[in-house]
Amino acid sequence: MMPEDPRFDGPGPDARWQAALSEGVFTIQHCDACGAAQFPPAVTCRACHGGALSMVSASGKGAVYSTTTVRSREGAHNVSIIELAEGPRMMASVEGDPEAVRIGQAVTARVAPGEPPMVVFAAEGAE
Amino acid sequence: MTDGLRGKVAIAGIGNTRRWHAPGRSAYDQLEEASFLALEDCGLTLGDVDALYCAHSTSGLPVLNVAERLGLGPNLRHADGTMVGGASFLFHMRSAVSALNAGQCDVALICYGSNQASAGGRLVPMPDPQPYEAPYKPRYPISSYALAAARHMHSYGTTREQLAEVALAARAWAQMNPDAQERGPLTLGDVLGARMVSDPLSKADCCLVTDGGAALVLTRGDRARDLARPPVHILGTGVAVSHRQIAQMPDLTTSAAAISGPAALREAGLGIKDVDHAMLYDAFTICTLMFLEDLGFCAKGEGGDFVASGAIAPGGALPVNTNGGGLSCNHPGMYGLFTVLEAVTQLRGDAGARQVAGAEVALAHANGGVLSSQATAILGTAATI
Ligand SMILES: [Zn+2]
Repeated sequence: MMPEDPRFDGPGPDARWQAALSEGVFTIQHCDACGAAQFPPAVTCRACHGGALSMVSASGKGAVYSTTTVRSREGAHNVSIIELAEGPRMMASVEGDPEAVRIGQAVTARVAPGEPPMVVFAAEGAE
Repeated sequence: MTDGLRGKVAIAGIGNTRRWHAPGRSAYDQLEEASFLALEDCGLTLGDVDALYCAHSTSGLPVLNVAERLGLGPNLRHADGTMVGGASFLFHMRSAVSALNAGQCDVALICYGSNQASAGGRLVPMPDPQPYEAPYKPRYPISSYALAAARHMHSYGTTREQLAEVALAARAWAQMNPDAQERGPLTLGDVLGARMVSDPLSKADCCLVTDGGAALVLTRGDRARDLARPPVHILGTGVAVSHRQIAQMPDLTTSAAAISGPAALREAGLGIKDVDHAMLYDAFTICTLMFLEDLGFCAKGEGGDFVASGAIAPGGALPVNTNGGGLSCNHPGMYGLFTVLEAVTQLRGDAGARQVAGAEVALAHANGGVLSSQATAILGTAATI
């Protein structure tokens, strides 16, 4: 039997991302070959299709790329797409009044504890 | 060279159950009736079918379920169960065109059925977990389209009033289609005053939830000419896939219709100005507006002004969604095949009060997932060959 390829040993990228999040750390990937930042994590780089990626702490800085208020009988909550300072986009929620969230607004991430923990954002300068 | 495919395959038969609320009928009942009708339409039977194309939101094995149920297994020589949401059936059409041209099959059946409305909450879609989006509780799929609409408004100044014009045009066409489910009066005030679901989209920006069944029979063009109905030729097809989760869409204001549309037109050897009639999958009002831009009927960012000018409504320059669309005619879960049915009906000259005079070239465009998959077909009458 051929040995497994050691470049892909260890937990997969989704498991590593979740494990970091459980420790309160929001990570993204950095491509060792082309320097691209990547989220959501994967085994290969979607920019250069190479196979060498490192998990790094995200800066947590970003801006609202788009936003919606989801309404139901239980109330209203925010769902946004955040463009991270490193480049990738992610779905997340912006805390506070959902209707106050604006496209272009600067936001900062924190990891909200819970089962599972979640990356959420607050408007910059907000308490 | 794909140019060689132009018009070689034709839609010989179409079937539409027109059963938008049919308690007691399963999705397969709807699919089977539509398939029977489509084959009968062109003078063939299920015994002639040697290629099967289908997709379901509730089954990961649609070809197996349908082949067994319709007794197609023994004769089957080609099949494709590609599942990319509501655009699946136009992906299937492209697959069938290749297989028919290669001589791998002779009679292709593309079929769909759904009991989404009458099953109500009991319909269980196939699991497809999205761990990076689910924790934020977007309402699926409307919040994804709402995020695209919000960004379009931000980038281009598109307004809720302009989106409402899409719903009003669809209703005006539906009022000329006796098969449309929603034919009552609808005003701008009704649309703007509807209950907000995921800002900026309200209930009136959303397609209907109905049952329904649809089917197409495809053969090579030479054989179609000898069948019962005038053939509608497939002049070109194009498909494109851009993302699964809305946050990964490269540009929220431009869909991959900007790829599938030009690809289909290239294969057809035509330009967008040659299109007499367009069917643009309207799961939400923003879809029609974006596809008008992405397919090139108007420039990027001008969709709002284009629809507000009355261009897509009855009497406008470009007849769009003449059956009333997913917004006012029917929308049984995955609507893609119905865009083709109406295009064929128009090109056959069978559309009655809503007939587009002199229609020779029609464009059918379907969307799947959350603006994720896009597929375009250019169809033409015998005169276009
Ligand atoms: Zn790379």
